[in-house]
Amino acid sequence: MLKELLDIYLIFFRMGAVTFGGGYAMLPILRREIVQNRKWMDEETIMDFYALSQGLPGIIAINVSVFIGFRQKKIQGAVAAALGMVSPCIVIISIIFFFLSSFQDNVYVKHALAAISVCVAALILDAVISMWKKGVKDFVGIIICFVMLGLNLFTDISPIIMIIVCALFGIVYKSIQRKTKSGEVAK
Amino acid sequence: MTLLRLFWEFFQIGLFAVGGGMATLPFLQALADKTGWFGQSLITDMVAVSESTPGPIGINMATYVGNSVAGLPGGICATLGVILPSIIIVCIISKSLEAFRNSNVVNDIFYALRPAVTGLIAAAGLGVMQLAMLQMDLYAETGSILSVINWMKVIYFVIAFIAIKKLKLHPIAYIAASVVIGIVLKF
Repeated sequence: MLKELLDIYLIFFRMGAVTFGGGYAMLPILRREIVQNRKWMDEETIMDFYALSQGLPGIIAINVSVFIGFRQKKIQGAVAAALGMVSPCIVIISIIFFFLSSFQDNVYVKHALAAISVCVAALILDAVISMWKKGVKDFVGIIICFVMLGLNLFTDISPIIMIIVCALFGIVYKSIQRKTKSGEVAK
Repeated sequence: MTLLRLFWEFFQIGLFAVGGGMATLPFLQALADKTGWFGQSLITDMVAVSESTPGPIGINMATYVGNSVAGLPGGICATLGVILPSIIIVCIISKSLEAFRNSNVVNDIFYALRPAVTGLIAAAGLGVMQLAMLQMDLYAETGSILSVINWMKVIYFVIAFIAIKKLKLHPIAYIAASVVIGIVLKF
């Protein structure tokens, strides 16, 4: 039992240590470790876990890890997978943070960080554009997007409140839409 | 006390930040405003470090911010906080997988959440752009809006964005290039 939990922990530890960006970047390793080497589940199951994970709160890579860990060894497996995934991050980021904050007053580090911040702004713009292409499908979506943009820029409303309100709006709007559609069909 | 607060704040982020690593950005900006634990400029450093190190970006961001607030214990608390909602939710969903997969409600929620998250990240991105390319302190001195804009950085932003779009390299490549460019051109 303990040996298997350790195995789960180590699989996800390795994954956290070598994949950049999480999410789909870890799929090839999952395929080899879980499907081919250990034959714990088939590839379709893992793809299902990905689809489900995107429809849940939280970080996708962690959600997928917890699904796989739970399938294998219930709650203990889920915890082992999640902890395995975050352990290397904690080590690596803590080391980098230590060095970055100790050298922050260095003039070269300052120049580098100034250029990096411009680059990060461009990366975020790129992320926003790809999210817009994937997620904003109709006029209502465009309205939601710009209302949220405006509210976040010009008010102090917490993003948590905005997320809850939008989720409720989605449920209500879609159910009304379905009702009017089925009403039209009935006529 | 700070550690407990960190855990709780990141628990909420894990619960409400839906849609990948960048989705935590608006929450972290709100957290910076609310608590004063860290400045907005830490956020761009954090994105750069999180994109250039292995592991899921959302986890890296939590570890980075936690470290800056309360050292290594802070990094651990923030990270555990951000993954705990995933563990709880995914374990519950795993037990009732079939019912969840066929429900309309999840799709309805995401119909409204995807554009909402896009808008929230866009707002966070504008904050980063302002910090990266505008010198607000110069406006107070000169009173001229034109002096606020750092043209060299704006030009670099445009070049970086085109490079990201055309070359489709890993974000590390652009961040590494920015280190060199920042030091050579004295950003």
